[in-house]
Amino acid sequence: MSGVRVLVGTRKGAFVMTSDERREQWDIQGPHFAGWEIYHLKGSPADPNRIYASQSTGWFGQLIQRSNDGGKTWEPVGNKFEYDGVPGTHQWYDGTPHPWEFARVWHLEPSLSDPDTIYAGVEDAALFRSVDGGGSWHELSGLRESGSGPNWAPGAGGMCLHTIVQDPRDADRIFVAISAAGVFRTDDGGKTWKVVTKGLRSGEIPTETAEVGHCVHRIAMHPSRPDTLFMQKHWDVMRSDDAGESWYEVSGNLPSDFGFPIDVHAHEPDTIYVVPIKSDSLHYPPDGKLRVYRSRTGGNEWEALTEGLPQSDCYVNVLRDAMSVDSLDSCGIYFGTSGGQVYASTNAGDSWAPIVRDLPSVCSVEVQTLA
Amino acid sequence: MIRVVLPFHLRNLAQVEGEVQVDVEGEATACAVLDALEKQYPVLQGTIRDQSTHKRRAFLRFFACGEDLSHEPLDAPLPVAVAEGAEPFQVVGAMAGG
Repeated sequence: MSGVRVLVGTRKGAFVMTSDERREQWDIQGPHFAGWEIYHLKGSPADPNRIYASQSTGWFGQLIQRSNDGGKTWEPVGNKFEYDGVPGTHQWYDGTPHPWEFARVWHLEPSLSDPDTIYAGVEDAALFRSVDGGGSWHELSGLRESGSGPNWAPGAGGMCLHTIVQDPRDADRIFVAISAAGVFRTDDGGKTWKVVTKGLRSGEIPTETAEVGHCVHRIAMHPSRPDTLFMQKHWDVMRSDDAGESWYEVSGNLPSDFGFPIDVHAHEPDTIYVVPIKSDSLHYPPDGKLRVYRSRTGGNEWEALTEGLPQSDCYVNVLRDAMSVDSLDSCGIYFGTSGGQVYASTNAGDSWAPIVRDLPSVCSVEVQTLA
Repeated sequence: MIRVVLPFHLRNLAQVEGEVQVDVEGEATACAVLDALEKQYPVLQGTIRDQSTHKRRAFLRFFACGEDLSHEPLDAPLPVAVAEGAEPFQVVGAMAGG
């Protein structure tokens, strides 16, 4: 019997939620790693029982945990993230040079084909890879050294590499996004990288069309159309149809130009989802109404999805990694909030119901569709 | 034998309860104690001090015999009472957060 497993990272631990294909009754296990911040956990597409988790606190630093049994039990693996060579400096908030310093792992992206290969996006921004199941990590330093690194600057949340998107046609092509630098693409497995930000406009930076300096929040791709990318940026929702070579705005009738997550329907590559948030100092939904917006036209034309979501007095946030989709016949959409709710829709967003309401603040939501 | 008191989260990580004990070869220094501790409990590598620079993590302190040893050189001799096992070497997390 098919089902889903929802992996939820929170400010105080990780939770593993499972259900059958009806997605009505949920078994909730956790907190795992109680008291620790779990920025992200994600399962291997090649082996759904293999799951990796990023565990950290300001007190004790970074650990990586690995499960080989679908999140029932965990073991710590390698946590030594050393930049390759002398990392030099990037820009600090005041424009002065600042040494590269490892802070934490924001995002873990397992390989599409090998359970032992996994990518880690870290703060200060860099991309690491492990090919031994997380035992050891090596920086793909061609990204940091691709030319613009000394000009990268942190966003308010830190200078983090938070998005890693793999091209299912070509394992050597990977996209990453960095706040607040932009989007980068490699076509040779991480040796060399190209800035792919043409068309991005950020009105609050000195040169709004600058090559780097854009606060990209998240990028999503449908596996059937890997040259089409959708982006939620600090300002605007953007789209590229040429693998990032050029971008154009598809914000259309959205009620704000800000938000964090963006995702694509599992079976409809032109159906995309965002959660508009009031830009950019408030970070809660416009008008106190929690609304997911869906476009069935690949952007520009958006409809508010509200059934089952609070439509008054709601002031939660939804972070960049806190939305995911399953691939059951009737596509499920999931997201978690800073108020500790995890909402699920079993009908592509038409209606919503909470799986759980009172978790710690949710950092990430990932979904595994189980055969 | 040197007694070490770990904070709650590090006891959980190391899967120990109460104090732990480590044997130190040569002079008892904070560095030698942490070397022995990390050898005995590899999961603690990187949680008390940086794995490359060995710099103490900012929100942790080292206490012993009623003294704050956090700013002493890591290779300075620990108090005799710690070296002889009469008093513990305490790794203390800052009281902060939410």
